[in-house]
Amino acid sequence: MIEWRWHLVWELAPRFVDAAGKTLLAAGGGYSIAVVLGLVLVLAQRTRFRPLTFAVREFVELIRSTPLLLQVFFVFYVGPQFGLVLSPWTAGLIAIGLHYGAYLSEVYRGGIESVPAGQWEAAKALNLSVVRTYRRIVIPQALPPAISGMGNYLVGIFKDTPMLSVIGVTELMHTATAVGAESYRYLEPYTMVGAIFLAISLPAAYLISRFEKWVRRTLGMVK
Amino acid sequence: MTYIEFLQVHGSRMADGTVLTVVQFLLATVVAVVVAVLFGLMRLSRNPGVRGVATVYIEIFRGTSLLVQLFWIFFVLPLFGLNLDKFVAGFLAVGLNMGAYGAELVRGAIRAVPRGQWEAAVALNMTDRKRMWRVILPQALVIMLPPWGNLVIEILKGTALVALISVADLMFEVRQINIATFLSVQAFGTALIVYYVLARFLVTPFMRALERFMSRKIGRA
Repeated sequence: MIEWRWHLVWELAPRFVDAAGKTLLAAGGGYSIAVVLGLVLVLAQRTRFRPLTFAVREFVELIRSTPLLLQVFFVFYVGPQFGLVLSPWTAGLIAIGLHYGAYLSEVYRGGIESVPAGQWEAAKALNLSVVRTYRRIVIPQALPPAISGMGNYLVGIFKDTPMLSVIGVTELMHTATAVGAESYRYLEPYTMVGAIFLAISLPAAYLISRFEKWVRRTLGMVK
Repeated sequence: MTYIEFLQVHGSRMADGTVLTVVQFLLATVVAVVVAVLFGLMRLSRNPGVRGVATVYIEIFRGTSLLVQLFWIFFVLPLFGLNLDKFVAGFLAVGLNMGAYGAELVRGAIRAVPRGQWEAAVALNMTDRKRMWRVILPQALVIMLPPWGNLVIEILKGTALVALISVADLMFEVRQINIATFLSVQAFGTALIVYYVLARFLVTPFMRALERFMSRKIGRA
């Protein structure tokens, strides 16, 4: 049996706080890419140009059905083969942004498809431009059903950032492994990482569900 | 080196890795289903203690990363005298993690079975166990199978992480090949295709067939 050493926890605390910041930065950066990319992917699937629609559809399926870990390696190692060296951070953010962009495009698609056809027709009958139709009619109605999915993936991307440790992004998991290698103590570092993840993801999930309710209320869609 | 030559040299290693990935996937799925049913039912218990245990389990496994859990099971549990082989630790971690997500699907599906079905079973004087097994669970199964289709793909993808504790699955093998040859596009690209084919052309059609089979079984073709 092994005893828990509190002094080690206090010693490591500053390093873990720093690493937690980097984890949040990776999650936030990756999510920002994903939010925009998801929008591009969903709009590309809504064009009438068949080959594009098909290619994007298959691309999204490919990304969604292969492991993120493999994609991280792919992005990081493929560049140098063609003379393009990416830093761990760049490669990591691209990989995670791409992965979650594909997921978010499906969330957006669900939201857009939940807007009744009559709304599109009415917008057309009122001679609204495409931009105005999306901005004033479709997006306000497509948003509430999409928010819960978007929130889940925000928490999801946060929990997937440890995978970036494999290419040397110095986030929480990377720090814990480094501590383990230096001190031969694994109990405290790995448990601390778990505790930090819980301490962030549980309140985040709660806040997101509150936010979702608030959006529904604000847009006058109380259920 | 052409791609064909690459496959001739490294194909057998990747095939071995793929077999291990599939084995890990199947075992992890079994663990996940057992965990999901167990904790899903516990979440619906009338006993607040039982419910609390299930809630804590689900929140812990859903609130932290699979990678953290895998490393915890593999590196920390031995410190408490519980030594797990890396192969066992691998599918166990994936199964325990995904089971927590599955438990919520089980709970949701059971609650989605119409009230009348419960009342009818009570009216027919069925025992609690019989009501669950013969009336509620079969209908809940049909409700939850479509989301399970997604979860099963997540399980397949999750098994790639076992490579990080040196289980020689497909992910592990292509990483070794990449280190030895630096042919990253070929190595990782092939693995991407293999995972894609497994997910899209084996697992998904199987789950769809299962959905159809089960809904026919309860007379909802």
